[in-house]
Amino acid sequence: MLQQVEGSQAVAEAVAACRPRVVCAYPITPQTHIVEALGRMVRSGALAPCRFLNVESEFAAMSVAIGASATGARVYTATASQGLLFMAEAVYNAGGLGLPVVMTLADRAVGAPINIWNDHSDAMAVRDAGWVQLFASSNQEAVDQHVLAFRLAEELSVPVMVCMDGFVLTHATEAVSVPDPSDVDAFLPPFRPRQVLDPADPMSIGAMVGPEAFTEVRYLAHLRMLAALDRVPALAAELGERVGRPVPALVAPYRLQGADVALVAMGSVLGTIADAVDALRDAGHRVGALGVTTFRPFPAAAVRDALGAVPSVVVVDRAFSPGFGGVLATDVAMALAGADVPVASVVAGLGGRPVTEASLRRLAERALDGSLEALSFLDLDRPAVEAALAADGSARPTGPTAESVLRHRGARSRRPPGSPGTPAGPTSTEVAS
Amino acid sequence: MLQVRFHGRGGQGVVTAAELLSVAAFEEGRVAQAIPSFGSERMGAPVVAFCRIADGPIRTREPVTAPDVVVVADVTLVHHVDLLDGLAPEGAVLVNTSAPADSLHAVLPFPDGVRVHGVPATELARTHVGRPVPNAALLGGLCALTGAVSLESVASALVRRFGPVVGGANALAARGGFEAVAASTGAAA
Repeated sequence: MLQQVEGSQAVAEAVAACRPRVVCAYPITPQTHIVEALGRMVRSGALAPCRFLNVESEFAAMSVAIGASATGARVYTATASQGLLFMAEAVYNAGGLGLPVVMTLADRAVGAPINIWNDHSDAMAVRDAGWVQLFASSNQEAVDQHVLAFRLAEELSVPVMVCMDGFVLTHATEAVSVPDPSDVDAFLPPFRPRQVLDPADPMSIGAMVGPEAFTEVRYLAHLRMLAALDRVPALAAELGERVGRPVPALVAPYRLQGADVALVAMGSVLGTIADAVDALRDAGHRVGALGVTTFRPFPAAAVRDALGAVPSVVVVDRAFSPGFGGVLATDVAMALAGADVPVASVVAGLGGRPVTEASLRRLAERALDGSLEALSFLDLDRPAVEAALAADGSARPTGPTAESVLRHRGARSRRPPGSPGTPAGPTSTEVAS
Repeated sequence: MLQVRFHGRGGQGVVTAAELLSVAAFEEGRVAQAIPSFGSERMGAPVVAFCRIADGPIRTREPVTAPDVVVVADVTLVHHVDLLDGLAPEGAVLVNTSAPADSLHAVLPFPDGVRVHGVPATELARTHVGRPVPNAALLGGLCALTGAVSLESVASALVRRFGPVVGGANALAARGGFEAVAASTGAAA
């Protein structure tokens, strides 16, 4: 049933419809509303049988998830940012052991400097942990992807992370249809674990593996991940038919027909990008967009097919590798290797800075006229950077960088992002490299 | 598309107001999106929330920077925040105040053409709800000002959220807010 609801509440209801036996979590912004809602459902008996475990840390949350999953329980947790990094060792263990844990990542910047707002730094930090990573562009997608995630995880015996933008999606209230429990039951069979710890039939999970077999174990994990590239589209089609709406699979092309420039991105910014594409098309510019929905495993063939003959590709990354560039851009460039198509990397929307339609349109126009650099930072406040650089060169000790930039940006920086006076748009340079 | 920006302080319920406005619009068959813009949440700190109402899909995720209406739950925010930033030239401002709306010009430098309306929202909340939370009365005023949603839909959203007793009391505050604005705009509930 369609309802006007906060994204976190909708995700909690979707997770509940998947009948987890164990929910374990440690509160961290902006994920908290999801597990709070699940906690209320467990306490009221609306979600039974299910154990809700308040744990002492994120490391414990993922450790409990591993233990619960290994004993055959369907398990769910959620985290963000520093919480994800604190559980990172256990995240790799869940991936390496092939345990079908499902986790929501309410994407948030990673400190320092501490920042509670949205970007994709956290998801990128565990990109290689052996988890499937799905990115939602709306709360409806996030809801449907959670249902898909449990089925995919249990079919392939891999953990799945549903990445949804913190605040922008988790705290947004919009119309969402949560699948009926009967539809979920028909789509998601009871969990039949591939490996299970059972005192009546003792075995061990997590053997030490030396050089003689480590490569083979890893290679098999790689094959399981690759299998997801076939299974995600099949499951998305099946679930989509059941719920009566399209469920996103690997990639989401938008108006790429005859495009001179394609903007590629992940997550909620795709909505704003679609508006920008329409405006650009109306103005006679042939621009299209490609959303990457499944980030790990990376759908290289689907990306290549979707971008087809587009002669210029701009990847808008919500995270980057300092000293190099955008993370998604690197993958897209590898997918297009040999195609002789320039791939520009644009780092945008870090730490909650709004990515506006106006900035995206200027960006596309620069790509169209060939003036876009190979790597650029959208809406970079160049004067603030130059002032900080000048201060750096003036004396030692110069003090911490974060405080220096805040000083130069003055009172503007003390306001919440997007509030009046916060420069969402460029100041003196439009797109600075 | 109607775009509304709410300014308030933590505890004044502007995030809830944006959300309930979106619920009321949804109940009337429209498409709506409410987004809060939190800092590190704490009582008294400036809070901004946004609501968009449209008849077709709303895809954008950026904050509302060019609002048609700005709602100000605490006029002392004028010392910290550019409350009218980006306000449409023919836009409207709804202020929580017991003073005559004309007197607000001394506090807020309204551009020509901007319509300014006052609602004694804190007083209405004290009277009907027993707590100085101005959000429901401001929502009622917004109904009269924009006609975007009906007072009835706002009242039913309040009751669904807060139950018949507290929600009902808030619905009375909303009616009071509606009437305060309707007195100057001629809107009918």
